[in-house]
Amino acid sequence: MADPMKIRASVVGDSTEIKVLMSHEMETGQRKDAKGQSIPAWFIQSVTVTWNDKMVLSAQWGTAVAKNPFLSFRFKGGAKGDRVAITWTDNRGDKRTDMTVIG
Amino acid sequence: MSVNPKQRNPTSTSSGRRALLKSGSGATLLAVLSAAGLLRSRSALAQSWNNAAFEAGAVNEALKALGVADPRQSTDIAFVQTPEIAENGAVVPIGVTSNIPKTESIAILIEKNPNVLAAVFELPVGTEPAVRTNVKMAQTSNVIALVKADGRYYTATKEIKVTLGGCGG
Repeated sequence: MADPMKIRASVVGDSTEIKVLMSHEMETGQRKDAKGQSIPAWFIQSVTVTWNDKMVLSAQWGTAVAKNPFLSFRFKGGAKGDRVAITWTDNRGDKRTDMTVIG
Repeated sequence: MSVNPKQRNPTSTSSGRRALLKSGSGATLLAVLSAAGLLRSRSALAQSWNNAAFEAGAVNEALKALGVADPRQSTDIAFVQTPEIAENGAVVPIGVTSNIPKTESIAILIEKNPNVLAAVFELPVGTEPAVRTNVKMAQTSNVIALVKADGRYYTATKEIKVTLGGCGG
């Protein structure tokens, strides 16, 4: 199981700002190991963010997103104590969901 | 860098794969099959993850796979907190802000990466049309922000110079 995400959700004016750091290798499939064998691609393909169960962002990613991905965006609304949940799914079918409350 | 494109994204969560796994053939056979490019999923993930677009090796191919026709250049798309020169191609911050009304999605394409499409962000109503993330860049390249707004497509381009490639190995 992958390490937890680090999520910060904070009220900025009349919006909520989300900043998240995920823990993932994001292997491109382009690299070779010491023996010259290709290292298979292993990367997050989809990300969804919900605020009180309402979808506020969905993303599809390729191999070019950097290792231990960072993502930041804002949505209108949100109050302290509201729940924000983020889920990623990678190309091996691994999945991870983390939750936080807006602070 | 000359990798068979079929080997790039061994994405395979199709029912075919599950059937194979159930048949007890195990991970070794699966690895062999996916390395041979026999397990390219076109069904299960097609709706959530655009295989053809993410495997595209050229911008026009990726745009075609995304269903983009005739994108217009727009000065209402801005790169924010994005460097002119990236010392380390493995972690290049890219921020894209769209000032086009009814922005629905923002995509980032890197012209000279082996797979040009880096990310697509779908923005429901209420989400601000601005995203920031970090990408890998193989070399100095044009980076294209593609915005869909009110059913139309718009682009903006910025060159980022890379002094150390992010695709080493």
